[in-house]
Amino acid sequence: MATLTESPAAKLSNDEVLRYSRHLIMPEVGMEGQLKLKQAKVLCIGAGGLGSPLALYLAAAGVGKLGIVDFDIVDFTNLQRQIIHDTNDVGRPKLTSARETIADINPNVEVIGFETRLTSENALDIFKDFDIVADGTDNFPTRYLVNDACVLLGKPNVYGSIFRFEGQASIFYAKEGPCYRCLYPEPPPPGLVPSCAEGGVLGVLPGIVGCIQAVETIKMILGRGKSLVGRLLLFDALNMKFRELKLRKNPECPACGAHPTITKLIDYEQFCGIRGEEHVVTTKVPEITAPEVKKMMDEKKPFVLVDVREPHEFQICRIPGSVLIPLGEVPKRMHELNTADEIVVHCRSGMRSAQAVDFLMKSGFRKIHNLKGGVLAWADQVDPTMPKY
Amino acid sequence: MAVKVIIPTPLRQYTGSKDSVEVEAKTVAEALSSLTAQFGDLRRHLYNDEGKLRSFVNIYLNDEDIRYLQKDQTPLVSDDVLSIVPSIAGGQPCVNQEVCCQ
Repeated sequence: MATLTESPAAKLSNDEVLRYSRHLIMPEVGMEGQLKLKQAKVLCIGAGGLGSPLALYLAAAGVGKLGIVDFDIVDFTNLQRQIIHDTNDVGRPKLTSARETIADINPNVEVIGFETRLTSENALDIFKDFDIVADGTDNFPTRYLVNDACVLLGKPNVYGSIFRFEGQASIFYAKEGPCYRCLYPEPPPPGLVPSCAEGGVLGVLPGIVGCIQAVETIKMILGRGKSLVGRLLLFDALNMKFRELKLRKNPECPACGAHPTITKLIDYEQFCGIRGEEHVVTTKVPEITAPEVKKMMDEKKPFVLVDVREPHEFQICRIPGSVLIPLGEVPKRMHELNTADEIVVHCRSGMRSAQAVDFLMKSGFRKIHNLKGGVLAWADQVDPTMPKY
Repeated sequence: MAVKVIIPTPLRQYTGSKDSVEVEAKTVAEALSSLTAQFGDLRRHLYNDEGKLRSFVNIYLNDEDIRYLQKDQTPLVSDDVLSIVPSIAGGQPCVNQEVCCQ
């Protein structure tokens, strides 16, 4: 009898039949589909905003092997959207926290953890044993790395991306359609992407986009429905609108075109211009520490304290006596400053203010310092009552 | 020809927070030129120093990528919708978290 030759993995226990009964009674899944889910191996890149709902739903749905790549630690700012972690997990590795949550939801799922940064050296090795890769990353270098590794290995890449109230989702699968590089051959240079001052994300948004990734992953495992291959889904939560754009395979794509130039993984940080100007800027401008600024205040030394954050950040917290000139307005408002004055510039962490100091020094300001570590350092070293964000 | 240009969230800071802008144009090039004439700061985010559309920004006419139509010479008809679709990075929108988000 055929059933006697089936491997143990190709069967559901009675407990599993009960657990998955709402899948089993629908014809699109059924026993055949549920067994496909059980035998599936899906790799989630990141256990963050997108990875949380993605991993939770894939686990609940009964995906047999769930790989998770994450080396990060849970912090309080994650909890607004990364629902696989809870308040008690703050300070613990995301991988440990995710593994425990998944075990609570569905102990039948085998979690394969990779507590490491995904790199050009390890990506192919990590990806090779999985059927589908779901990209929940939050930065361009990893995004291109995931894309290229999937193209090289011929694996589908279930993609999701978010910004404030807006999300994108697709499946990049070079065997059947376009890859990410067909859509965007190159990343934006660091100077042109919105800074974290303009960033932020509505906590629910990665929930929605991550769930779309989960649906697409499950459909792909089941071999059901019309996938997002060749389609880019755009979601605007503010206007509650979904739109769909056609994605075409670019015959000249450097990764999946007729004559690919990317035949192995490259240095993605360099590719994304990350070892660029900004690092240099932060190391070469004159710095001052938070306690030194406090001492100047206490000694009533005259100086101007400039805050280059955005107005909504100024509302969260501010150093007493600071003047708000958002980074983007510095060029047109620098006449408000006097080169004869002692000036200290700060932002949240000291990076944007370093750019402002660099710009102002090039414009002739000499008595100017960057407050090292920004308001975060001020909260740590001077005023512990100041909220950190 | 009145067409609508949909502005993505990351670029709304250069359009006075508008999520769409109506322009009069007969081609994609005219529409973008009219848009950047109204909102000057948008120009460097759409075009590089050589005046070419940046490679991390795609322009769609309705649901089709203009690269597969007649690029910026693609003709427009009334009520066409142009979308600017930039690459966005995900959970955190800055490309370089180590530099600007820590």
